[in-house]
Amino acid sequence: MIPQDWLHGFAGGLMIGSAGALYLLVNGRIMGASGILGGMLDGSDWRHWTERLSFLAALVLVPLLIVPLYTVVDTHITPNPVVIVIGGLLTGIGTRLANGCTSGHGVCGISRLAPRGIVATVFYILAGGLTVALFRHVWGVI
Amino acid sequence: MLRSLFAALSGGLFGAGLLVSGMVDTVKVQGWLDVFGAWDPTLAFVMGGAILPMAVAWRVAARRGVSRLGTPFPPRPEPRLDHGLILGSLMFGAGWGLVGLCPGPALASLSFGGWGGGLFLLAMAAGMVAAPVIRRRLDRLPA
Repeated sequence: MIPQDWLHGFAGGLMIGSAGALYLLVNGRIMGASGILGGMLDGSDWRHWTERLSFLAALVLVPLLIVPLYTVVDTHITPNPVVIVIGGLLTGIGTRLANGCTSGHGVCGISRLAPRGIVATVFYILAGGLTVALFRHVWGVI
Repeated sequence: MLRSLFAALSGGLFGAGLLVSGMVDTVKVQGWLDVFGAWDPTLAFVMGGAILPMAVAWRVAARRGVSRLGTPFPPRPEPRLDHGLILGSLMFGAGWGLVGLCPGPALASLSFGGWGGGLFLLAMAAGMVAAPVIRRRLDRLPA
């Protein structure tokens, strides 16, 4: 028996990839969450700002409509505000320096066999694995 | 108008997919990264599922040249591995490991993620605003 979580993961993954395919084939843009948000936040890229805002608004609001279908939806985010702020800062700075995150480099880059996407994904997974190993198993912070 | 409509369809489907896949749950994401603990391979199934339709889309795009709404497809970036790509990915990975949220799920879980999710998004936004300053310093480093 394949665990339910894996099946749900695969089904959700197909939805994520279809969303990226739609954004590429119809709008001609790469579906990267950090690029769509970050380009507007730092003022570097306001081209197509109406479609960016529409994308972000639906990304925030549609899950709200689906949540009632589940009995429990919990992000289980750490209650430690220091960890949250440091993690958020690193995520914001890092994804913009690297020009992409899990959606842009991971989903859109790897599927295109883009060397930058593959290298970025290898490095952020390595750094993530090392961080969990150190902060969970060595120092017991998370 | 059409561009915004399809962008909203895409954003909504992305958000729904993140919820269905379980990637808004930091336990599953940190579980994927936790190779020395109770390793959870769910993220690999999500990535696999997402890459399949995207790979088809890239093949279709290669045949067409312009998108349905007339925008030229994004060109292949130079395969240049610069300081920003490596250092940025390492920083992002560290943040991802610490909290278990990346930018997509941070946005998708905003409505139900409580104060912690909101704080994460604020810190991430601040980091994104600060990033160009750090990038300019990095660009001055010898390659």
